[in-house]
Amino acid sequence: MNILLSSGASNFVRGVDTSFAVILGISLFFLIGITGVMIYFVIRYRKRHHPEASQIRGNNKLEIIWTVIPTLLVLVMFWYGWTGYRPMRNIPADAIPIKVTAQMWSWNFEYANGKVSDSLVVPLNQAVKLDLFSRDVLHSLYIPAFRIKEDVVPGKNNKMWFIGQEEGSYDILCAEYCGLRHAYMLSKVVVIPEQEYYEWLADTTSVGGDEHPGLTVIKTNACISCHSLDGSRLVGPSFRGIWGRREQVVNPEGEEITVTVDGDYIRRAIYEPNAEVVKGYNKGLMISYKELISEEELTRLTEYLQTLQ
Amino acid sequence: MSIAASHPSSFYADKRGILSWIFSTDHKRIGLLYFYAIFAFFLVGVVLGLLMRLELIAPGRTIMEPQIYNQVFTLHGVIMIFLFIIPVIPAIFGNFFLPIMIGTDDVAFPKINLLSWWIYVIGAIFALLTLVVGDGPADTGWTFYAPYSVKTGTNVTLAVLAAFILGFSSILTGLNFIVTIHRLRAPEMSWFRMPLFAWALYATSWIQLLATPIVGITLLMIVAERVFGIGLFDPALGGDPILYQHLFWIYSHPAVYIMVLPAMGIISEMIPTFAKRTIFGYRAIVWSSLAIAFIGYFVWGHHMFTSGMSGPARVVFSLLTFLVAVPSAIKVFNWVATLYQGSIDVRTPLLYTMAFIFQFLIGGLTGLVNGALATDVHVHDTYFVVGHFHYVMFGGTAFAFFGAMHYWFPKMFGRMYNERTANTAFTLLFIGFNILYFPMLVVGIMGMPRRYYDYLPEFHLPNVISTIGSWILAAGLILMIANLIVARRKGAIAGRNPWGGVTLEWQTPSPPPQHNFDETPRLSEKGPYDFDLK
Repeated sequence: MNILLSSGASNFVRGVDTSFAVILGISLFFLIGITGVMIYFVIRYRKRHHPEASQIRGNNKLEIIWTVIPTLLVLVMFWYGWTGYRPMRNIPADAIPIKVTAQMWSWNFEYANGKVSDSLVVPLNQAVKLDLFSRDVLHSLYIPAFRIKEDVVPGKNNKMWFIGQEEGSYDILCAEYCGLRHAYMLSKVVVIPEQEYYEWLADTTSVGGDEHPGLTVIKTNACISCHSLDGSRLVGPSFRGIWGRREQVVNPEGEEITVTVDGDYIRRAIYEPNAEVVKGYNKGLMISYKELISEEELTRLTEYLQTLQ
Repeated sequence: MSIAASHPSSFYADKRGILSWIFSTDHKRIGLLYFYAIFAFFLVGVVLGLLMRLELIAPGRTIMEPQIYNQVFTLHGVIMIFLFIIPVIPAIFGNFFLPIMIGTDDVAFPKINLLSWWIYVIGAIFALLTLVVGDGPADTGWTFYAPYSVKTGTNVTLAVLAAFILGFSSILTGLNFIVTIHRLRAPEMSWFRMPLFAWALYATSWIQLLATPIVGITLLMIVAERVFGIGLFDPALGGDPILYQHLFWIYSHPAVYIMVLPAMGIISEMIPTFAKRTIFGYRAIVWSSLAIAFIGYFVWGHHMFTSGMSGPARVVFSLLTFLVAVPSAIKVFNWVATLYQGSIDVRTPLLYTMAFIFQFLIGGLTGLVNGALATDVHVHDTYFVVGHFHYVMFGGTAFAFFGAMHYWFPKMFGRMYNERTANTAFTLLFIGFNILYFPMLVVGIMGMPRRYYDYLPEFHLPNVISTIGSWILAAGLILMIANLIVARRKGAIAGRNPWGGVTLEWQTPSPPPQHNFDETPRLSEKGPYDFDLK
């Protein structure tokens, strides 16, 4: 699959691809031309054929020509780059706002009606505005098929927008290095007809479904990017069998103490994650979820962990 | 270290023993000390690069875990940038040849010169210590972007301190060269009779002196934030991550000209020697070096087009970025014009020169894609940038370095290598290099982000091709090194001037005597590349 062949999945594809064509076209001309002339000279003026070199010291006319022409050409390229880019910064007032929250290593999309999704679902041929927030470090939301990318910076509300012009599902990649599972911080943008979109948006029951409400809490907060449910070791300890386990932890004084994982410990580990870090895992990678997970949700989550034996 | 072809007055013969080297203030010995140290780190960086390519030959895990991979690419970057490509040409060939080429017997401050080598060694030790102490080498990428670099548990503090220390080595070398060029030129050598390599080092030295302190302070700020919790860059502590990016690139963009300008200087030396004619447009090349060094300070923002920087700032930085392309283009035109009506002797260093021009063109022209706003938004932080950077730095600077090794080898060691083997090694390096890096440009345009341990299935083929290229490149490297090692022991005696060059280093014996010249060198009034001077 060569995405340069896809014809306009978003409203920016044409402008960006035109800039590519102009810049790469001029570049190819110079690459082939200069390399060709260089090889020609080396063959034509090799010692055997041309035993006496001419000591030409320069030529002001030529210097002016090959200063002025490249200057004009780069200004042309700048202009194409700018005009292809300008619409990306002019967000239409009626664009549908969607709040994007990035964290290690998951994407979360929240719609105006409160619906939350882990993939970005958007209506065909409508402007969509993304408000970008990060909970921890730098990320970058990149949709290659749409030719757009904007960094997600903690403490800052960056914005981007687009119009999906072709139905389909396209990759969302994280383009700014964000640690261990950077390469797995993937999602999809799904472009569907308007009617279907509003039906999907109105259906707020689908989140969770029959699953344990505690598992829903775990999924919506992306706990599983770092804590597996199957016992495998990721960035943090696995949730499988965690209830009642005796863990060596390092307390704020730097001492190693043994704790038994119970409701109290889980509460501390979620609200003050860096106070007692399980030995062998890194401090500072997990943020506090005090503002994000309510007492009620915490209870559900704790209940669920007890079932994961 | 004294097995090179020696004549009684050679600088090798002066004193013997390891102490006579590591405490020598002779610029030639210091140049060689740098040569061995820098080349050793280059090889370490190459091995790390080969491991990364092997990991990426297929999606999923191939030979290492993701955490190891992240540490490997960080270490590869730190070693290749701070320990190899920044010092390589100024510290090795600048030290060895600058004083000779401007007709003097040493740099202005020989003791500071030795000190800067020691600082380099101490910085390198710090970088290596990250491997064995604490929680392992940094996993941030060589850019140490905050706030990840503030949060991660790996040895960022030590790695950052290593880069901080290495900065002083760079500053002191720059200072030394500036004063040397101002004060110690031979009496007849006016500014515009200076060889272009000296001019390139002069422009580079000013960047080293003025830009490096900024990254030094910035890296210390990372340490302050990690160790004392001072909120500078991490928003959780009240800091601003974009501030870090500005400070980092205010140095690190000019730094890419520290990496490439000296290489351009070498190309400007080798072309006249093998075309047997004076350089075309001497003054244009001089002014373009100074213009690159100057404009290079004002383009750093092009590393941040997607960071959330303000719209007008993005536009201004894009415009300025395009302007810095012009002086580089002027150099290329003048180099190619120098071949016109020459009497060209196609020898190994000239092959490297031609490869440099071809690869530097690709590196420079892909830079235009990165400089234009619309296209940069798409390729920013993808493999396109990795490919672009390696075309400039490896295809450009490192190929110029290899060319210079073959060009000045007979002068430095007094012996000649087997040219046929050298040309075979060159061919492998050239083919391997392009097979390794060209697919990165393609996979980048397809949308593969950089610093990815794993990738989507559609990116597989270019990655396989790239990894195969890395093996060909490695074979070329091994052959090149073996050839030079054999030459150092057994090569034919080279004599004073094996290429028929006219700059001053060819007027002295090979290897040069302790005080560089055995007779007063002759300078032409017609500039440094006067082939009528016999």
